Amino acid sequence: MNALVGFIVPAILVGIWELLSRVGYFPPNWLPAPTVVLATTIDLARHEELLQHIGITIYRVAAGFAIGVAVATVFGALSGCSQWFRKLIDPLLQALRNIPSMAWVPLFLLWLGIQESSKITLIAVGVFFPVYLNLMSGIMHLDIKLIEVGRVFNLKKIALVRRVVLPAAMPAFITGIRTGLGLGWMFVVAAELMGASKGLGFLMNDGQMTGRPAIIIASIVLFAICGKISDMFVVYAGSRFLRYKEN
Amino acid sequence: MNYQNTSTVLSISGLNKDFYSQKKIVPVLRSLNLEIRRGEFICIVGGSGCGKSTLLRIIAGLENNYTGSVLLDEHPVQGPGTDRGVVFQEHRLFPWLTVKENIAFGLTERNSESSRSVMEHIKLVGLSGFEQAYPHQLSGGMAQRASIARAIVNRPEILLMDEPFGALDAFTKIQMHEEVQHIRAVEETTVIMVTHDIDEAVYLADRVVVMSNRPGTIRNTYRIDIPHPRDRHSAEFVEYRKRIFGEFFAQVKTSQDYII
Repeated sequence: MNALVGFIVPAILVGIWELLSRVGYFPPNWLPAPTVVLATTIDLARHEELLQHIGITIYRVAAGFAIGVAVATVFGALSGCSQWFRKLIDPLLQALRNIPSMAWVPLFLLWLGIQESSKITLIAVGVFFPVYLNLMSGIMHLDIKLIEVGRVFNLKKIALVRRVVLPAAMPAFITGIRTGLGLGWMFVVAAELMGASKGLGFLMNDGQMTGRPAIIIASIVLFAICGKISDMFVVYAGSRFLRYKEN
Repeated sequence: MNYQNTSTVLSISGLNKDFYSQKKIVPVLRSLNLEIRRGEFICIVGGSGCGKSTLLRIIAGLENNYTGSVLLDEHPVQGPGTDRGVVFQEHRLFPWLTVKENIAFGLTERNSESSRSVMEHIKLVGLSGFEQAYPHQLSGGMAQRASIARAIVNRPEILLMDEPFGALDAFTKIQMHEEVQHIRAVEETTVIMVTHDIDEAVYLADRVVVMSNRPGTIRNTYRIDIPHPRDRHSAEFVEYRKRIFGEFFAQVKTSQDYII
């Protein structure tokens, strides 16, 4: 019941929107009614076109996310565990982090072309930083007293990392992954708006060019749904490691 | 109980340990000698900063760079090992593991016998029914009991405890003293416990080792010849307590002369 309370305000707003669009207060070429948006979405889905757009967008996010998380995990773990490695590599990464992500776009397009690899790289860059930073600080701020318990039981380096360091850093790591995934969805929009012949971002752009706001709104809603579902998936996967925090 | 006839399990001789702070050498332990026999319960008492915890950490293998010899079963201590169990002042349980998983953490091998040992030790420390609980769901006393079970599950030669009950309230503390007596009777482990609580030391120990401050060295040793269970208010108990108190009082008085 409590979960439904959150739907009250959006439902009222959608109702008002529907009403005002119907009576013509919102011009249809400016803000079409929710039912029109829904009809447009169904129409797109019927032609299988929509599924292709969603599919390619998910593919880009998934590939960029996987690469970003994998690289960030290695770098974050090394920077967290080894002071030497951190001193060597962290200043550079912190400097790169301050470059606005969109600034990479022309360079990636030049290097990697207009095809998939430039988009996936951009998404991977976006995913990389939160995962890297969270994992590194999670390991760095580990309770040294727990490490000592591991030593008391004579754990060697690798066992210590596997059985004490990683589980202890897990909450921070999962936070990084969630933030990274959110950024991944943000970056895929940017990448697809700039140049794509498929994908939800392309669909939005197309809606703008051809003056069909229903398509733009449908794409926004689909982005929101995809983002929410993927986040729920990460939370569910992460809850296995964080179940000890529940009461 | 009399342990004078059992063999020596731990032998410390000529132990010196320094800390380095801002290029200054701070002596922590000086020419410390201590022989501990198998099955003995030793309490080391001393003021804060006297090096008693450092001594325990050296025995545990957590501190290096000392001179002198620390022999465990006639072999020099080289780093930590499962022949020694350690209980710290804080329970230091892993928050992501259940009570049972925490206790099983240090098992050297995993088989049906070791999992039976885990269940036995859960029962021994009175945590039956809490196997699946997480540390944050336990009270301070229960968490410390789980920590003791984790330390003894491999049946170590020596159990080292560093002010294990220092953070507990007075009632829980007295209850824990009974638990420790019971555990020790069942496991027949040698116990070395560091404490600043003289009452606790006289109640539990076969021998109380009194350490002096800066640099830490052994000031005196008292053999407590009172049979268990001990009465905290008996004349002989009070007498021991008075004498050990006297050791500190003398020291405190001389240092206070400067303040006045």
